[in-house]
Amino acid sequence: MARIDLDLAHSYLSDPKQDSDYALLPLQMSFVDGGAYALLGPSGCGKTTLLNIISGLVRPSQGAVRFDGADMTARSPQERNIAQVFQFPVVYDTMTVADNLAFPLRNRGVAPDRIKTRVGRIAEMLELSGQLNQRAAHLAADAKQKISLGRGLVREDVSAVLFDEPLTVIDPHLKWQLRRKLKEIHHELKLTLIYVTHDQVEALTFADQVVVMTRGQAVQIGTAAELFERPRHRFVGHFIGSPGMNFIPARWREGAIEVAGHRLPIAPALAERLSAAGEFMLGIRPEYVTQTEAGASGALPVEVSQVQDIGTYWLLAARAGETVLRARLNLASAAPDVGATVWLKVLGPHSCFYGGDQQLIAAGVEPEQPGASA
Amino acid sequence: MQLTLAGVAKRVGAAMHLYPLDFALQSRAVTVLLGATQAGKTTLMRLMAGLDAPSQGRVLVDGHDVTGWPVRERNVAMVYQQFINYPSMRVFDNIASPLKLRGGLDRAAIDRRVRELAAKLHIDPFLDRLPAELSGGQQQRVALARALAKEAPLMLLDEPLVNLDYKLREELREELSALFASGDSTVVYATTEPTEALLLGGYTAVLDAGELLQYGPTAEVFHRPRSIRVARAFSDPPINLLAGHAVASEIQLTDGARLTVSLPTDAIPADATEAGVTAGIRAGALRVHSQPGDVALAGRVELAEISGSDTFVHVAATVGPLVAQLTGVHDFQLGAPITLYADPARIYVFDSRGALLIAPDFPGAR
Repeated sequence: MARIDLDLAHSYLSDPKQDSDYALLPLQMSFVDGGAYALLGPSGCGKTTLLNIISGLVRPSQGAVRFDGADMTARSPQERNIAQVFQFPVVYDTMTVADNLAFPLRNRGVAPDRIKTRVGRIAEMLELSGQLNQRAAHLAADAKQKISLGRGLVREDVSAVLFDEPLTVIDPHLKWQLRRKLKEIHHELKLTLIYVTHDQVEALTFADQVVVMTRGQAVQIGTAAELFERPRHRFVGHFIGSPGMNFIPARWREGAIEVAGHRLPIAPALAERLSAAGEFMLGIRPEYVTQTEAGASGALPVEVSQVQDIGTYWLLAARAGETVLRARLNLASAAPDVGATVWLKVLGPHSCFYGGDQQLIAAGVEPEQPGASA
Repeated sequence: MQLTLAGVAKRVGAAMHLYPLDFALQSRAVTVLLGATQAGKTTLMRLMAGLDAPSQGRVLVDGHDVTGWPVRERNVAMVYQQFINYPSMRVFDNIASPLKLRGGLDRAAIDRRVRELAAKLHIDPFLDRLPAELSGGQQQRVALARALAKEAPLMLLDEPLVNLDYKLREELREELSALFASGDSTVVYATTEPTEALLLGGYTAVLDAGELLQYGPTAEVFHRPRSIRVARAFSDPPINLLAGHAVASEIQLTDGARLTVSLPTDAIPADATEAGVTAGIRAGALRVHSQPGDVALAGRVELAEISGSDTFVHVAATVGPLVAQLTGVHDFQLGAPITLYADPARIYVFDSRGALLIAPDFPGAR
């Protein structure tokens, strides 16, 4: 196992001129030994390019890949000692499950008794013990994919195990069980695992650290809670969560935040940063927008455009000036009527503020309590 | 358009793909066909479209028997999972093709209509490109625009968003809902995802293993599932089901724990003590902070799945496996002890045959 340090950029063009010519914009990133990481982003964000650079299938056009400090940039995947699991099962149909699992170990000349112990342990973890002597040919797709996962995890001496959307072929009802298995295995084996996916559930459930990517850029690395509570970039706020974070244009004016023509005075803590920014975006997740009485501090009047019963909550869409705001409201409370004006609280500990470069400039705000100042 | 299926069934060889069903679809509204893969959704849609003929029963359009009419004689638009377009035609001509086929429109009118639809679906910058030059999401938008151009009174969509990333799915679903809301067409939309049915609203038909189990306004079917099968098919994460016996106004679970539910005596069949009942608790009705009167269920954390907006906590509880849906992102250690709480007023009760006895109140019922 190894610590992996990246300091690189990559373009598939020979003479890149602008940002859009890069599959990966310059990035510095470290994967610590024994960590569970996910690379998350929509198709075309650069996550697969990044995975291929780590494995050695793609050589970065600039910069270096280091394993425990040693420059591996020019080394092949074999020399890097990387195990990989792909979207679709890669198994030898004519071999038994046991032989499939043993294959990577036999290839490296591991002693037979050692192979037996390790294969037994991996099979037990993946609940394949009962099928060890069966041929792989007639197994269902998800059993085959478990074998692929087992082959990726069977070697103890790998630098890292890379997964490329490994649960694609798994039946939705079985997915959570395999997610759990992968987490347990990570806790037990302490391997460095790097997992590529476009699916937020997969990434947020599996990884200790999630790298969110868009347009060749890693915009935030953090835990699931950090990405949810404090997106450092607007893309993260948008991409994590369904629906994603609300963004409302706002500006600083005479000691208050002005949103959709409405003045929201705040306690002085953030005044300096917001007044320096001038114009910015107010970000608030639908889960944190609450309905309040008219004129409440930190609240905006909005016009309700849609109310949906989503089984466990009301999903409200409402217009604040030009912006549509979404809120998840308690199903136990009465739903507002479409067309009605209601007050939604948008300022509080969960509010985030973003500058023109999409980056977080401030977060968490105390609305000024009526009568507190002046 | 009023589409009615009367005693329709589909047999292929010895296998029943669809058991006899009577189904009068809500006119000029969205009907969601909800069910797992193999539930019979596609079979049912093909019968509605006229792509297949039923083995028995009749298909009625506005009261007229159209059973056996081929698809080209019916005015139906279809959209499939795969992005199907004419590969050698520009996006413009793809969208224009049903308009040209129909005839009666001059070039200027066709041009106007194509641009209007393309603008609605955000593909207007790509009208001169070939489908293969577009992303998956854009290709599916072209297929949707072509289906809408047809202005057919019946529009059938078979899991149209399943092959797209979830953010694209979210965006396109919203746009589609807005387009359907015009009420010009009767829309049938097949999906495997309960949440998608709730987001689309309208009416939902729950299918399971070739049977139509329940049809009604979406929120009502969700909140008042007629049976355990419907509740199972219409919940994600799965509804928690606990076997027990009715004892006075309580349910005694098989492990000895008691759920105090206010069971109206007239709702309980005589054999409930002997034959047993099943308590159903939706994942969203379980919480980690207790409130007065709550039922407590103890166990250990198996996994916390994080969906982005919610955390699904899988728990090995003494009463059996449970899943709780908590708003927001929460951290749980695997194997950690946990107690889940439920408000007795939010517990469903089913009889020994799986039929609904008691359902919690729901907003639309008030």
